[in-house]
Amino acid sequence: MADTTLAYAHPDPHRLRGIPHAAVVHEGPAPKRIVTGFGFWIFLLSDIVMFSCFFATYAVLVDQTAGGPKGSELFDLRRVAVETVLLLLSSFTCGLANIAADIRNKLWFQVGMAATCVLGLAFLYLEAREFADLVARGAGPTRSAFLTAFFSLVGCHGLHVSAGILWLLTMMAQVFAKGFRADIGRRIMCFALFWHALDIIWVAVFSVVYLLGSKP
Amino acid sequence: MSDQISEQHRIDLAPGDEGEGGVGLRVLGYVTGLGLALLLTATSFFIAGTDLVWQPSIPVAIIVLAIAQMGVHLVFFLHLTTGPDNTNNVMALAFGMLIVFLVIGGSLWIMANLNQNMVPMDQIMQMQR
Repeated sequence: MADTTLAYAHPDPHRLRGIPHAAVVHEGPAPKRIVTGFGFWIFLLSDIVMFSCFFATYAVLVDQTAGGPKGSELFDLRRVAVETVLLLLSSFTCGLANIAADIRNKLWFQVGMAATCVLGLAFLYLEAREFADLVARGAGPTRSAFLTAFFSLVGCHGLHVSAGILWLLTMMAQVFAKGFRADIGRRIMCFALFWHALDIIWVAVFSVVYLLGSKP
Repeated sequence: MSDQISEQHRIDLAPGDEGEGGVGLRVLGYVTGLGLALLLTATSFFIAGTDLVWQPSIPVAIIVLAIAQMGVHLVFFLHLTTGPDNTNNVMALAFGMLIVFLVIGGSLWIMANLNQNMVPMDQIMQMQR
């Protein structure tokens, strides 16, 4: 411990005298906002790796329909297009709310978050309707390996969106009750990262599952 | 308090943070991202249902458009840049993508091999009877 303190107290700890560009200035640890953000970024990447396992399962099982319906007979691309636009717009309003949080504007923050919440709920409503339709037509997750993989992949994304909406409402309540404290600012930043990452995963879902799957 | 911190570390940025620029510029960045993403989405959906292009090229086009749209999201929404303060984020992303491609590509490769080289499942079932 004493050694490290000594090393940092030294003006040129790496003995790089004479090389002006290599002169390292030690300012201590990075600010908490950067450490938190980077940690959350790593979590998001691990989440994306988990989704890649679901994608791999889906891609392997997509033809194993066990005599049941194929994707091209089940998917309604019009509904998927609406879902996509809803999620994209919610990502946009989430970004606006993030800007409002940075300039400490409570009103626009709440407006942006509320819009994000409404768009996210509309997305979830459409997805729930789709799942209910499929189950009612006898194409539930127990019908074939293809449908099991489909429901796990799309359902896992839906669960993430639901968790995101709970988080979003928590952030609205926290800003309302406590204002823009530094710790709450970090949570808002992490939430924005989470929400944008969900949109990226949805891009993969609608391309791989729905658009590629709608080909007969 | 937190303002002081952000003044001090002007070059260091957390993932998702933007460098500089006023509110108008930042909103413009999100509008640009939204416009590009909508354009790419619309192209994807159009390509998927059209008879105008050579049919076997459609899956490739959809995948390429999807990757392009993910890039747009990373740059305009998650503010991933090539700046020195973003190196850690980009390195972590690159490692994540490596794992993603290993998992997806490896699974598809192995399963395609198995499908080709193994006795079909219905024959295995008959042998067990």
